[in-house]
Amino acid sequence: MTEAQKLKLIDGWEVVIGIEIHTQLATKSKIFSGSSTEFGQDPNTQASLVDLAMPGVLPVLNAEVVDLAIRFGLGIDAYIDQASVFARKNYFYPDSPKGYQISQMDNPIVGLGHIDIQLEDGTIKRIGVTRAHLEEDAGKSIHDQFEGMSGIDLNRAGTPLLEIVSEPDMRSVEEAVAYIKSIHTLVRWLGISDGNMAEGSFRCDCNVSLRRPDQPFGTRCELKNLNSFRFIEQAINVEIERQMEILEYGGKIDQETRLFDPVKMETRSMRSKEEANDYRYFPDPDLLPVIIADEQIEAARAALPELPKARRARFIADFGVTEYDAHVLTLSREIADFYEAVVVAAGGAKQGKIAANWVMGEFSGALNKAGLELVDSPVSAEQLGSMVARIVDNTINGKIAKQVFGFMWEAEGKSADGIIAEKGLKQETDTGAIEAIIKEVLAANEKMVEEYKSGKEKAFNGLVGQVMKAAKGKANPAQVNELMKKLIG
Amino acid sequence: MTDLHRLTIRELSEGLQQAQFSSRELTEHYLKRIAKIDTKVKSYVTVTAEQALAEADAADAALKAGNASVLAGIPLAHKDIFCTKGIKTTAGSKILDNFISPYDATVVAKAKAAGLVTLGKLNMDEFAMGSTSESSYFGATGNPWALDHVPGGSSGGSAAAVAADLAPIATGTDTGGSIRQPASFCGLTGLKPTYGRVSRFGMIAYASSLDQGGPMARSAEDCAYLMNVIAGHDAKDSTSINKEVDDYVANLNATSVKGLRIGIPKQYFNVSGLDAEVKACVEESLKKLEEMGASLVEIDLNMTEAYVPTYYLIAPAEASSNLSRFDGVRYGYRCENPVDLMDLYKRSRSEGFGAEVQRRILIGTYALSAGYYDAYYVKAQKVRRLIQQDFLKAFENVDVIAAPSAPTTAYKIGANLSPTEMYLGDIYTLAVNLAGLPAINAPVGFDQESLPVGLQLIGNYWSESQLLSIVHQYQQNTDWHTKRAAIAEENA
Repeated sequence: MTEAQKLKLIDGWEVVIGIEIHTQLATKSKIFSGSSTEFGQDPNTQASLVDLAMPGVLPVLNAEVVDLAIRFGLGIDAYIDQASVFARKNYFYPDSPKGYQISQMDNPIVGLGHIDIQLEDGTIKRIGVTRAHLEEDAGKSIHDQFEGMSGIDLNRAGTPLLEIVSEPDMRSVEEAVAYIKSIHTLVRWLGISDGNMAEGSFRCDCNVSLRRPDQPFGTRCELKNLNSFRFIEQAINVEIERQMEILEYGGKIDQETRLFDPVKMETRSMRSKEEANDYRYFPDPDLLPVIIADEQIEAARAALPELPKARRARFIADFGVTEYDAHVLTLSREIADFYEAVVVAAGGAKQGKIAANWVMGEFSGALNKAGLELVDSPVSAEQLGSMVARIVDNTINGKIAKQVFGFMWEAEGKSADGIIAEKGLKQETDTGAIEAIIKEVLAANEKMVEEYKSGKEKAFNGLVGQVMKAAKGKANPAQVNELMKKLIG
Repeated sequence: MTDLHRLTIRELSEGLQQAQFSSRELTEHYLKRIAKIDTKVKSYVTVTAEQALAEADAADAALKAGNASVLAGIPLAHKDIFCTKGIKTTAGSKILDNFISPYDATVVAKAKAAGLVTLGKLNMDEFAMGSTSESSYFGATGNPWALDHVPGGSSGGSAAAVAADLAPIATGTDTGGSIRQPASFCGLTGLKPTYGRVSRFGMIAYASSLDQGGPMARSAEDCAYLMNVIAGHDAKDSTSINKEVDDYVANLNATSVKGLRIGIPKQYFNVSGLDAEVKACVEESLKKLEEMGASLVEIDLNMTEAYVPTYYLIAPAEASSNLSRFDGVRYGYRCENPVDLMDLYKRSRSEGFGAEVQRRILIGTYALSAGYYDAYYVKAQKVRRLIQQDFLKAFENVDVIAAPSAPTTAYKIGANLSPTEMYLGDIYTLAVNLAGLPAINAPVGFDQESLPVGLQLIGNYWSESQLLSIVHQYQQNTDWHTKRAAIAEENA
């Protein structure tokens, strides 16, 4: 690999990407008030006196958000600040009723951590996470529904957010997307967020800059309005092109925030703010420092589920799957749990690989085709696993299994055994019966036998095919092969 | 029954419990007085006659049924900084002139639960920023002792109403002296509790780390009754302390004045602006306490010069952020025909806020801004800690610290002190809020113009019982607190 390839340079330019993710924490009530966080309700029906910033009201911390933040910190092996501080970020905008957002500045609850990402070529790269802090979300502004005015919906104001800031460690679009996917999987894995990008509970801002290798970081632009993995990819690519063109012609990059337009496939500078906002951060005097006892951290650690990384390692070691398989099977905790249940029902660790093939292959395919989520699957892990067990013990062969699977998918709750019995799909294993069929086929296809004996390998397969046809598919191909070879001589 | 307003809280309670008079009679008595006399004093922003009478009737029913609490049926009035449900709540400002609060402050809810009858809302300096109550959008309040003088601020309306017998007791708030100084100017007893003792929920915020609500009345005993009602932890206020509340009334005689060590800060009595007559009255009261068995101990409080600059950086900084919510968007004053968002914000706030409020918002914004935050705000917080330590060191050798509550008696209305002159008038009270300590004002005499003088006693954390007890015993041995202004003697 050339140096340029190693550094993933594009026309001699190194791309530097840093990512800020705002993820909504999955608590029932808001971070500083008791209002519900439920999505999609009528405007301003979930905004209490505190959310509305009435005169005299005060914030009270929802203790659960601290637990969720600790969990995240543990999930990325990060420093947990046991005396973090809430700070006011002061700015005027109608969706921020107090005229300030309660956030964390100098003392975020989660400090430096990291997460490993797996790239397509199989390499693992460690991406640093600078910090993660707690803050409240703003409300929503609706500009296009009211003649000459904007509508403000404060349902969302006060929803708890965890802002996750990465180190500028990514050097390609692929790395950026892999990082975001890893964080996405992790927050859902830990149960701290539903990570629903479409509903806005997982928002990504990408900071992109270019530089010549070994030069200091270039000026970065922040890309916003990226609410799908596809947009993220497209936006970053488009921005790289834009910046490269300017730099190639000797121009300068202006540090700014740009919105991605997926229709025009370009990024546009947001309506320019005169100068950068001075937020006048200071510790919020209405809230106490968040003191976290050692016991609380240890309790959270003990309650952690097996993290994706550890689970992948166990799948590879115990179930004999590849890195790639392990990656696919741990895209979510639900998938991993499903797969493990299939392995158990299939007869245990030894069947790990075949179980993996079925989960990632036929099963996934069927889900996708029907447009179903795993949770809505008509076939349970136990059903699938039991079917795999029947392949393993030679009751059915792989091809027949596909048929059985198809029937299981249609027929609610029917077991593999039930279907095999009902449809008479048990494969023939009696040596004598198979030999009889083989003898008949050999007798009826003397020409093919000759061709095989004179060197044509393909003819053998043809003969096997004939035997399978005669057996109506219900013969074990391996057994047929073995017996055929014996009988042909 | 023309003298109902001359009764103490204890006497009112006993009178009601013994059916010597009803709450309705009592309430009507005060409403009549307010209607006649407050035209001259101008202490009330809003009189809630209808609600008061309804509450009085409810109290009378409870009294008749024999299950009324000790303060049931007794009228009180709230500084207009406390949110009162269904009632206009203005904080003395044009920007809230049309604001009907949708909820009760915790202090208000507690008073209601105790059966106290709400007479109305009292005038104050706009957003509690001031020491004369002249900055109120609703105009100046008169000092009952001389109506052309100020009652003090920012709880001037509370002080004036009680001093003119237009309410037997009132709530006030104190951020830099706003209970103690008006109590001093009007000859009343006023207590600023330890920070965190009384809930701030529903108390419109000026400076969050300094604000504290407390009682203003004619005696320590009266104050103790109200403290029993309003003190206590509130889950809705994260800065309120979860600590048991004393029975302040039961503790009124619990502290021994014999052997009490009273610290006299050298630096306080050497301040150049300290009026000679004020000094004389205060020293006289300390002699009295000595006669009662206390010993006076000279102490050093070395951080005195830092009080005013430290306070006038921290308070405006917090206020500049607390007042951002008053933006014309969701409630309160909105300018006419705003052309866009910026215009809406700028004009609503420029037209809605008075000059002193705008001044402090600007100072506070400056102190927090990039490039100045470390030099001003952070530095001030560090100095604040030194001020606190200065007090705590003194408390190693004394039980309470004595000082005047103000360097002068009440100024004339329209005296037009410059802002800095005004700020220096707070020299004795500011540090107490910076340190979060409790302090009380007791009336201890008058100057040549018959304007009241007050003694301030500062206690260590959570020593409200001791402060009330010391003043109560002083008041058993003196009668300054029983003196009434001429206008209070008027009948309705």
